[in-house]
Amino acid sequence: MDWINGILQGALIGGLYALFAAGLSLMFGVMRLVNIAHGDLIVFAAYLGLVVVQTLGLSPFVSLVIVVPTMFVLGYILQRGLLNFTLGGDILPPLLVTFGLSIIIQNALLEGFSADSQKLQAGNFETASLHISDQLAIGWFPFVIFLTAVAVIALLELLIYRTALGRAFRATSDDADTARLYGVRNRHVYALATALSLAVISIAAIFLAVRVNFDPASGPARLLYAFEAVIIGGLGSLWGTLAGGVVLGVAQAVGAQLNPGWESLAGHLAFLAVLILRPRGLFPKLVD
Amino acid sequence: MTALLATSGLTAFYGDFQALFGVDLAVEEGEAVAIIGANGAGKSTLLRTICGLLPAPSDRIRYRGAAIGSLSPADIVSRGIALVPEGRKLFPSLSVEENLLMGQQSGRKGPWNLDHVYTLFPILKERRRQASTSLSGGQQQMAAIGRALMTNPELLLCDEISLGLAPIVIRDVYGALPGIRAGGTSLVVVEQDINRALALADRVYCLQEGRVTLEAKPASLTREQIKLAYFGV
Repeated sequence: MDWINGILQGALIGGLYALFAAGLSLMFGVMRLVNIAHGDLIVFAAYLGLVVVQTLGLSPFVSLVIVVPTMFVLGYILQRGLLNFTLGGDILPPLLVTFGLSIIIQNALLEGFSADSQKLQAGNFETASLHISDQLAIGWFPFVIFLTAVAVIALLELLIYRTALGRAFRATSDDADTARLYGVRNRHVYALATALSLAVISIAAIFLAVRVNFDPASGPARLLYAFEAVIIGGLGSLWGTLAGGVVLGVAQAVGAQLNPGWESLAGHLAFLAVLILRPRGLFPKLVD
Repeated sequence: MTALLATSGLTAFYGDFQALFGVDLAVEEGEAVAIIGANGAGKSTLLRTICGLLPAPSDRIRYRGAAIGSLSPADIVSRGIALVPEGRKLFPSLSVEENLLMGQQSGRKGPWNLDHVYTLFPILKERRRQASTSLSGGQQQMAAIGRALMTNPELLLCDEISLGLAPIVIRDVYGALPGIRAGGTSLVVVEQDINRALALADRVYCLQEGRVTLEAKPASLTREQIKLAYFGV
């Protein structure tokens, strides 16, 4: 029963990785920008949540009302004011600039909050669980994380496949110059993509901060999980990304059952296995 | 009277390479103008520059008297100039109908909407849910024209819309142009097929190595004049 419990929790926590990954996937999909600072932006959002919780005395989940719009605006400004200038032809400038941004964010957080690890408290909710049978229980918190991931991905899918903005995202992704010919303002569209991406990861950031300790150096590992979930799922497919997150979560849970020290390792091994067996991921969508 | 579109001394560069050397071109309201010339003469470059994809000094391109050379493509299409790009350039991730709807991004109001485009090209209505990549060449060209029309242009620029199509299909595609013109849209047609161009146009320009070598009414032209302008020999 420990095994089933563990795997179930792992699958639900996969929702968290899927949220990390959805933001990364959105930016890459629309403008082929690989955001190396993605993990650090997640941690930045977690600290933003910490500040909001501490100064206003809100619960972590209520703080989303402030954190999500703030990160949305920051994302828009970040793209318009910096990242747009790195785009075009060469893939190296965005990599270098976001790598630099990653270092800047980590050091700024270190300066502002010290290296002490932090955590957001959500009281009983963190450990409350839904009893299914005597031996089987689902944690409410992992369950909420998973449902949120499903809801966010469903909304993103609606946006991408059912709205004019989504059409502009996909058209720009296909051929930015041609999209401009029909009235797409690509700098604005890119900025909206980044804004959305940061809004999505700030939800993930608050969940992360309630679930585990975080410190200024926590970012790169989140980036790695996000990458792995995207690649396992297959580029260009958001539901695939959710599946990727679940695979990662389950693999970590299995690893942890075998030996508590193997949690991360098992996730990475699962990623490598997928890369070897299905290099294009489980649900590839992009043809090129 | 001011021309609808006028370029004066227009130059264009790809990096260090100069593609246009002082092109003067005018399109009057309601007119159909053909631009002919060999490969590499600068025809596509001229259209891309007018649409804002290549930078130009602002006052070298005037639309209804206003300098538009330095505007972005999105601003230019919202003023009423639309391009049907060479090679069609449909968006492969979008369905046929979504490709057409992209024309609405310009935000221009006017007579063109999905129904109107489907009346002009009924086959697109049948295929509207399909991936744009599943269309035949001629259907793709129709979709590309339809997408440009959805921006409700006053001036439609067509870049080699017969390229790679069978003659019978070319006839269908070209058959749509008189109707589009009748709706009040002026036309600029870049074409390799000289007879096709001369039959359609009120006036014709010939480009050679980035310069205008001929400007005339088709009726007054002889084969010799065209040959000279086309090849320079």
